[in-house]
Amino acid sequence: MITQAPPQPEPPLTSHQSPLTYLNVRHTIRSWLLTTDHKRIALLYMVSITLFFFIGGAAATLMRLELLTPQGDLVTSETYNKLFTIHGVVMVWFFLIPSIPTVLGNFLLPMMLGARDVAFPKLNLASWYLFMAGGAFAVFSIITGGVDTGWTFYTPYSSTYANGHVIAMAAGIFIAGFGSIATGLNFIVTTHKMRAPGMTWSRLPLFVWSLYTTSIILVLATPVLAMVLTLMALERAFGVGIFNPALGGDPLLFQHLFWFYSHPAVYIMILPGMGVVSELIPCFARKKIFGYHFVAYASVAIGVLGFLVWGHHMFVSSQSIYAGMIFSVLSFMVAIPSAIKVFNWTATLYKGSIWFATPMLYALGFIGLFTIGGLTGLFLASLAVDVHVHDTYFVIAHFHYIMVGGMVMAYLGGLHFWWPKISGRMYPEGLAKFSAFTIFAGFNLTFFPQFILGYLGMPRRYRVYAPEFQVLNVMSSAGASILAVGYLLPLAYLLWSWKYGKVAGPNPWRATGLEWTTASPPPKDNFQTTPIVTEGPYDYDAQAAEEEWEHAHA
Amino acid sequence: MRTFFNSLFPSSASNLAPKVDHIYFALLALCGAVAFLVCVVALYFCIRYRRGAKVDRTPPKTSEIPFEVTWTAIPFVIFLGLFFWAAEVFFGMSRPPANATDIYVVGKQWMWKVQHPDGRREINELHVPVGQPVRLIMSSQDVIHDFFVPAFRNKQDVVPGRYTMEWFTPTKTGRFHLFCSQYCGTDHSLMVGGIDVMEPADYARWLAQQPAPNSLAAEGERAFHMRGCSGCHSLNSTIHAPLLDGIYGKRVPLSDGTFVTADEQYIRDSILLPNKQIAAGFAPVMPTYQGQISEEELNAIIAYLKSLGAAEPNSVRSER
Repeated sequence: MITQAPPQPEPPLTSHQSPLTYLNVRHTIRSWLLTTDHKRIALLYMVSITLFFFIGGAAATLMRLELLTPQGDLVTSETYNKLFTIHGVVMVWFFLIPSIPTVLGNFLLPMMLGARDVAFPKLNLASWYLFMAGGAFAVFSIITGGVDTGWTFYTPYSSTYANGHVIAMAAGIFIAGFGSIATGLNFIVTTHKMRAPGMTWSRLPLFVWSLYTTSIILVLATPVLAMVLTLMALERAFGVGIFNPALGGDPLLFQHLFWFYSHPAVYIMILPGMGVVSELIPCFARKKIFGYHFVAYASVAIGVLGFLVWGHHMFVSSQSIYAGMIFSVLSFMVAIPSAIKVFNWTATLYKGSIWFATPMLYALGFIGLFTIGGLTGLFLASLAVDVHVHDTYFVIAHFHYIMVGGMVMAYLGGLHFWWPKISGRMYPEGLAKFSAFTIFAGFNLTFFPQFILGYLGMPRRYRVYAPEFQVLNVMSSAGASILAVGYLLPLAYLLWSWKYGKVAGPNPWRATGLEWTTASPPPKDNFQTTPIVTEGPYDYDAQAAEEEWEHAHA
Repeated sequence: MRTFFNSLFPSSASNLAPKVDHIYFALLALCGAVAFLVCVVALYFCIRYRRGAKVDRTPPKTSEIPFEVTWTAIPFVIFLGLFFWAAEVFFGMSRPPANATDIYVVGKQWMWKVQHPDGRREINELHVPVGQPVRLIMSSQDVIHDFFVPAFRNKQDVVPGRYTMEWFTPTKTGRFHLFCSQYCGTDHSLMVGGIDVMEPADYARWLAQQPAPNSLAAEGERAFHMRGCSGCHSLNSTIHAPLLDGIYGKRVPLSDGTFVTADEQYIRDSILLPNKQIAAGFAPVMPTYQGQISEEELNAIIAYLKSLGAAEPNSVRSER
């Protein structure tokens, strides 16, 4: 990308005077907790969601241990039910939904647009406080006894029969939801109003397109979640009959409202990952992305169609079969833009100069796992097949291929890619590659057997299961232990590299994109002078990259 | 080899199972091929165009449009085909044959209660003869459950406040898993049981071994009198209430001018929520039985009313 301001050269390393960056501009705890700098807020989110990731991961670890044997001999039923509720609630609302948007999105969106900050920096900080307040409620309800409704809170179980602090948990999600809405609003306004001169919509990096679509979903869908949780809490606390048929309510109404939010939320959880991959593939293939406009509009198409398919969670709920048919055909349609993206990423590799750095390994892993996750979605969209596999481990495997195989791989890929920008340091490449392979292997061993378990008929949320399912469950638990190692390694070496990593310089990947034209770590206001954009993103040249590389290795 | 296959694939024991399996295998073949193709192409590009390999990297001059149109249009057509195929089978799942045996199922935390038409009851068990279509009429006493028989490839949520239906024709004898597959609280994973599919002769023997109670309809008739239903719904009643002989399956005119088919749900609602749908020409004077009558008793009364229709089509109904 050509800009008027060339990269600011770093001062010589021998200098004792380190350059002023967003990290060392001030050091007090107060300066972090009251910061309005989007980069610092991104780091606040990064620390918070990492914490939540390991809470959710601990719950998953205990579940996989319990499932080693069919008898259910490690924890009680109550505990098991609380574990999968904690795992679901924490991973969905306190890790996946905020993950890429609030960490990488907050850090990068203004820089990719050539702006000094987001449109409403104070609101941005308020989002984080709302998120943390919501998280506090969730942690409170976990510590004081937990909730056993599952993350879906189906009525009338949640509103009438469930034990535990259902309302506190729902309040946590409700409050964190306002943080999501504020972030979405902030990103939408930022994308519209804060673009540098020359940064037209067709020159936006694809990551921005995906964040923009995600933000629209956040703003439109999250209020419905807030409403449905409020109604559920009203029924639970005051016996207002809304969902419980014994009080004159309709239990299916809850499912409609819940999935009206939660299906689009699936796209909140995957679109930003797709955006990251659309940045990684061109950079490490040294190629302009194939079909820029198709990839960009595919994001928008997923966002729009994603609002019209919620009923595919309800094929066996006693929803009208004709409604089921409409939701089925629309669910097939929403698969098309995802397929378009996969084909375009693959085509981008053609005649590239492919560099297998860690972020690229994650991106390629994403393509493979997301493809499997997406294709198994077709099984679930097919009405007659869904009847059999609904609420079985097939569904669990499917959405973990999307959420973990897709989103978490993309998040880690993006984190490694922009780590030099965030920290100013390089991570250890060999160790990073090793952990990327470990995660890929561990992930497949954990979740592939679950597809088979699902078609065999093992229902989800079962602590005790039929003995013939044991072999596959042991495989899955073994995979989970490998996966756990894979996730702990980056935590360790990224922390290490923060202090001891090789100094990265402004653009270690020789990547295009405005964020790479400024110092690493960037100064507080991102750019010394406002950049002027004259070309589209991904102005890579495979032949030149090849010559350069040969020259360096001659 | 066979046992290995059996550990990866569920047994197939109903008329629906092969139909679902055919779609499943078609999807496996299709998705397997696509995933394989994407991986092979991506790997080929990755190896051939790895950094440092001496290959031609001149940027291709071809237009993107033909590619984009191709890989949009082909999935679209295939997806439509898959949709119609799976929808057709799904549609069949909601259309039981006329000769199906009606068996009532009540789900409660955490057990399945079964009522056979001849009045026999079972808990967490269901005995059925092979080859005879069965229609389950299901309701829940508390939260949402789900009646799932993997070997039959069938499942249906059991929702409080309404009847849901599931049907199958067992095609293979043996004992098959019954699972509750909608999370229903603490002992959800213990809400399991077995479906025993028997040869007709074995089934007859099993029937003979059981104590023979009154039929479900007879039980319902007794409840119809004990609960006081017959006080109003009879020819010699002084209260103007609809006669219920032959009501099942009729189109009933409502006071708001619409019509409703008197199925299980309508009869249930008339007992529990009598003011929801008021039959044309009648005053809304019926008291509710909400909270006073068990799911099993409701099922028995419905079975009784259904038996009236089968026995003597009533001429009084046709006047209205």
